[in-house]
Amino acid sequence: MAGVLAWRNLTHDLSRFIVTMVGVVFAVVLIAMELGLYQGFTTSTTTVIRHTNADLWIMAKGTRNFEITVPIHDRELYAAKSLECVDRAEGLVTQFVPWKKPGGGDESVFLVGFDLNSGLAGPWNLVDGDLEDLRRSDSIVVDHIYADKLGVSGIGDRVEINRHRARIVGMTQGIRSFTTSPWVFTAARTAQRMGNFEASDWNYVLVDVEPGCDPVRVQATLKAILPEADVHSVDELAALTRDYWVFTTGAGASVLVSAILGVVVGVVIVAQVLYATTVDHLTEFGTLRAMGAPSGFIYRVILGQAVISATIGHLFGISIAMALAEASETGTVLVVVSPAMAAWLFLLTLAMCVAAAVVSIRKAMRIDPAMVFQR
Amino acid sequence: MSMKPAIQAEEVSLIYGQGATAVHALDRVDLSLASGEMLALMGPSGSGKTSLLMVLGGLLRPTLGRVQVQGIALDPLSETERARLRLSHMGFVFQHYNLFPALTALENVQLALELKGYPLDGADTLLAEVGLAPRRHGYPRQLSGGEKQRVAIARALAGDPSILLADEPTAALDTEHGMAVVELLRRIAREEGRAVVMVTHDPRVTRMADRVVSIADGRILQ
Repeated sequence: MAGVLAWRNLTHDLSRFIVTMVGVVFAVVLIAMELGLYQGFTTSTTTVIRHTNADLWIMAKGTRNFEITVPIHDRELYAAKSLECVDRAEGLVTQFVPWKKPGGGDESVFLVGFDLNSGLAGPWNLVDGDLEDLRRSDSIVVDHIYADKLGVSGIGDRVEINRHRARIVGMTQGIRSFTTSPWVFTAARTAQRMGNFEASDWNYVLVDVEPGCDPVRVQATLKAILPEADVHSVDELAALTRDYWVFTTGAGASVLVSAILGVVVGVVIVAQVLYATTVDHLTEFGTLRAMGAPSGFIYRVILGQAVISATIGHLFGISIAMALAEASETGTVLVVVSPAMAAWLFLLTLAMCVAAAVVSIRKAMRIDPAMVFQR
Repeated sequence: MSMKPAIQAEEVSLIYGQGATAVHALDRVDLSLASGEMLALMGPSGSGKTSLLMVLGGLLRPTLGRVQVQGIALDPLSETERARLRLSHMGFVFQHYNLFPALTALENVQLALELKGYPLDGADTLLAEVGLAPRRHGYPRQLSGGEKQRVAIARALAGDPSILLADEPTAALDTEHGMAVVELLRRIAREEGRAVVMVTHDPRVTRMADRVVSIADGRILQ
């Protein structure tokens, strides 16, 4: 009967139930969106790194993030190529360069020049065009998300990048930059030319380890033979980049603080609505105590109300958050609500509701059962 | 060998506050009630009758004196033990019914049965006993005042308690329904051998009680 009473206490007054659920759902959506924005931010900062089919990254000593680095040279490229267990090693060029819009006006873009033969660090989600067309020296690939920002409409549009002519030969969908500068993919040699690099200059050397070989051992060997460079695994470089943007920049810190505040505000909202729900039924809990009901029964009713509220609130809240996250995939701000986050958030919602219930229980158990005679 | 009284209060005093501002809600009250007896506690508002009911029910600890329920002294019992005693020996009927609005009449009685560890199917019988079987699926908001009070009595009877404590059970009812409820309580006392204590200030109700005890300023008058 404790479960029945918990459910009925919540639902018999439909208006009150809706108000309670709106509070929990709002809290879940708020927390999911704030955490989703944070997750989206960190995902965006490492999106190219994560989509690169390389095991190891070689870069200038002291590099702290993917976007900002100084060039290395052919020496690192050939040193890697010469190692046993290295299947492929290719140079990668990355650089912020100015973009002149066809209709006038300038933007900044982040140029990524990759090796066409290996495809390491090439674009994914190509929805229009063919990557083979990047073999033409002036060809580039941009993302649909940034078409308006870059003043282009699609394949065939001609633009000017760092005073070099370029032509769009492909369009991707959903490759989002967390900075104001969209990604522009091109062939490594084209990027060297557009970025005014020497032919022997690279920002990174990407290393693909042969199947059956241990990437950790190859990394150790590379570190030993290239003491003037850093050698990171994908996870290491992703963590380095993420931490740099999250912890050393105002943008990252504000997203992180917002996420934390979202959790705090959510907890407070849930605590208030559940506390109010219990207070609404104080007389009934007083009656139970006067009748001699054991404390455990009252705990079960109040905790039952919390678990029901958490489950229903989470179900609706996470559905709304996931729908909003899906909608964000075509926008410039990414919100990521993963199944793992949804599961984690359910536990958080449950914990919030139970914590609020515990506060309510204290109130209910402090009722003087004699109060039911004194109304 | 004389039978043990169902409830016995000896020299019970209940004092709020201390010193010059102390208020004697009950002042050296002696009271004894046998099984099968219906006692009406009468008195004006603030006379101490509800306080006495709460003391007899183990809901308030007297400042002085002793209370025994079925021979068990309440004084040394902890709150948990008192709650257990209430659950096993007593049923309560409240002036404002105190039914659970989210539960039907049947579920209200079933709840009490579950708390007392009895099978839930006894609820139908209890509602039939108070003449409410046809309304068992009604929610309290769908029942009249008299029906609600009869559900409350059925709930109080759950678990076969030997003592019923009723706080002004007719105060919120019209005369007809009020008298029906008192008649029901009297039948429960006489036919089922339960001790019934009923707080009231209605002289018409007292005529149906086996014994009337008047209380004023915390003292029993007769």
